[in-house]
Amino acid sequence: MLARFFTSVGAVVLASFIYLGELVMLAAETTRSAVTHRMRWRLFLRQVVDIGLLSQLVVVITGGFTGAVFAAQTYFQFNKLGVASGVGAVVSAALFRELGPVLTGLMVTGRVGAAMSAEIGTMKVTEQIDALRALAVHPVDYLVVPRMLAMIVSMPLLVAECIGFGLVAAYFVSVNLLDISGPYYVANMVRWTLMRDIVMGLAKGFCFALLIVVISCHKGLTSREGAVGVGRATTEAVVNSSLAILISNFFLTMFLNIIFPAGWQ
Amino acid sequence: MPEVAVIANPARAAVHPVQPMIAVRGLTKRIGTQEILRGVDLEVAPGETLVIIGRSGGGKSVLLKNVLGLMQPNEGEIYIDGQNIIGMSERQLATIRRKVGILFQGGALFDSMTVEENIAFPLREAGLRDSRVIQQKIAEMLEVIELQGQDKKLPVNLSGGMKKRVGLARAIINQPSCILYDEPTSGLDPVVSDSINRLIRRLQERYHVTSVVVTHDMKSAYDVGDYIAYLHQGRIYFHGTPEEIQASSDPIIQDFLIGRSTRAD
Repeated sequence: MLARFFTSVGAVVLASFIYLGELVMLAAETTRSAVTHRMRWRLFLRQVVDIGLLSQLVVVITGGFTGAVFAAQTYFQFNKLGVASGVGAVVSAALFRELGPVLTGLMVTGRVGAAMSAEIGTMKVTEQIDALRALAVHPVDYLVVPRMLAMIVSMPLLVAECIGFGLVAAYFVSVNLLDISGPYYVANMVRWTLMRDIVMGLAKGFCFALLIVVISCHKGLTSREGAVGVGRATTEAVVNSSLAILISNFFLTMFLNIIFPAGWQ
Repeated sequence: MPEVAVIANPARAAVHPVQPMIAVRGLTKRIGTQEILRGVDLEVAPGETLVIIGRSGGGKSVLLKNVLGLMQPNEGEIYIDGQNIIGMSERQLATIRRKVGILFQGGALFDSMTVEENIAFPLREAGLRDSRVIQQKIAEMLEVIELQGQDKKLPVNLSGGMKKRVGLARAIINQPSCILYDEPTSGLDPVVSDSINRLIRRLQERYHVTSVVVTHDMKSAYDVGDYIAYLHQGRIYFHGTPEEIQASSDPIIQDFLIGRSTRAD
C-alpha cells in the first residue's frame, strides 16, 4: 500500500521533471536556432500580425474594464478614509506591476497559445512536421523561432497597451463617474508611478512571452493520437501556460522587487 | 510464433558490386511492447527501384521512416550513400535528407500553402530567391505531374491522387538522388494508380534516381519494381525480381500474391 503510494508519487515527480527538462531543451534549441540560423522574416511578420495585431481588441477590452473596475473598488474603500484622490496611484502601480502583465499573459495564452498548440499539433498528426524534417527543415527553426521572436516583440507592447487602456478607463471612471478631482488624480498617479514600475511590467511581459511560446509549441510538437490528441494538447497548453504565468509571477515579483523596489524612495 | 525462413537471393551481391545507396542491417524497431521490425536486412543499389511489399500494419511505413531518420530504431544500422545515420542529430540528418525525397502516404502537403507554394518550398528553403527561376521550375514540375493550371489551389481542394502527385513534385524538385514512396497508389482508383505508376517510371527514366516503393498493390509492384522484397513478420522474407516472386511456389508468398487469407497468419 505504502510502496504503491510512493511509486505513484515518484512517477508523477519524475514525469514532471522530464516535462520541465523537455521545456528547457526546447527553449535552449530555440535560442540556439534564433542566434545561429537565418531569420525567416515572412514567417516572423505573419506571427507578429497574428500575435500582436490581432490580439489588440482582447487586450484593450481586458485592460480597459480591469482598470475601470479596479478604480471603482479602490474608490469605494479609499473614499471612506478620505483619500479618494489616491486611487490613481494605486490603480497605476497595480496595473504596471501586476494586473497588466498577468492579465495580458492570460488573455494571450487563451488566444495565441491555444492557436499555436492546435496548429502545430495538427501539423504533427497529419505528418506535415515529418514532411518538414524530410525536406531538411528543422521544425524548431521553421515553427518555433518565428513565434518566439514575434511573441518577444509583441508581448511587451500588448502589456503596455493593456496598462495604457486600463489607466485611461480608470481615469474616466474616477473623474467622470466617481467625482474624484482630475488634477489630484493625475498628480498622485504620476508621483507614485516610477520608471521601475514600467520596467517591471514590461519585464514580466517578456518572461510570460517565453513561457507561453515554449509551453504551447512543446505541446503541439508532442501531440499525438489524431484530433483527440490535438484537442488534449491545446487544452493542456492553455492550462499549463496559465498556471506557469500565475506561479512564475509570484517569483518574478519577489525577484524583481529586489531590483526594482516598490514605492517612492 | 514460427520462425520465419528468409529466402535469400544469392545473385544479389554479384549483380550489385557497387556501394549501395541504401543499406539496412539488422534493423529492429519496437513501438510500445510490439516488435514491428525484427532484424531487417536490405540493400538498394544506385539507380535501382526496390518495391517493399507486405501486409497492412506489417511495418513497411515504419521501415521507410527509419531509413529517413524520422524514427529511431532500437537496434541495427542504416547507411545512406555510405554514411551511417544512426546516432545522427536532427541537424546532421539534414545533409542526408537533402539527398533523399519522400512521398508520404497522404501527401503530407502543408495545408496553409497553395500547390505552387508547396512545390516551391524546398527551393525557397534551399535559398533560391529568383522568382523567375522558381516559377519556371514549378511550371516544369506541374507538367511532369500533369497538374497544369492547379497551382493556386489549396490542398483541401485537391483529390487524393492530386495530393500525392503534388507531394511527389515537392519531393523531387530539388532532384534528390533517392526517392522513397510510401503507398503511392493506396486509396486511388485503377486509372489514377496507373498514372502514378507511370509517373514513378518516368522519374526513374528521366532522373535515374534510386527508388524504394512501399506498397501492397501488386500491380504497382510489378509495374515499377526492378526488385521486390516481401516484409513478413518483421523480416525480409523474400528478395528477388518480379519474375522470381511470381514464379515462387512458397505458400506464404503465394497467399499474399493471390490475396488468400487462410494461411496468411
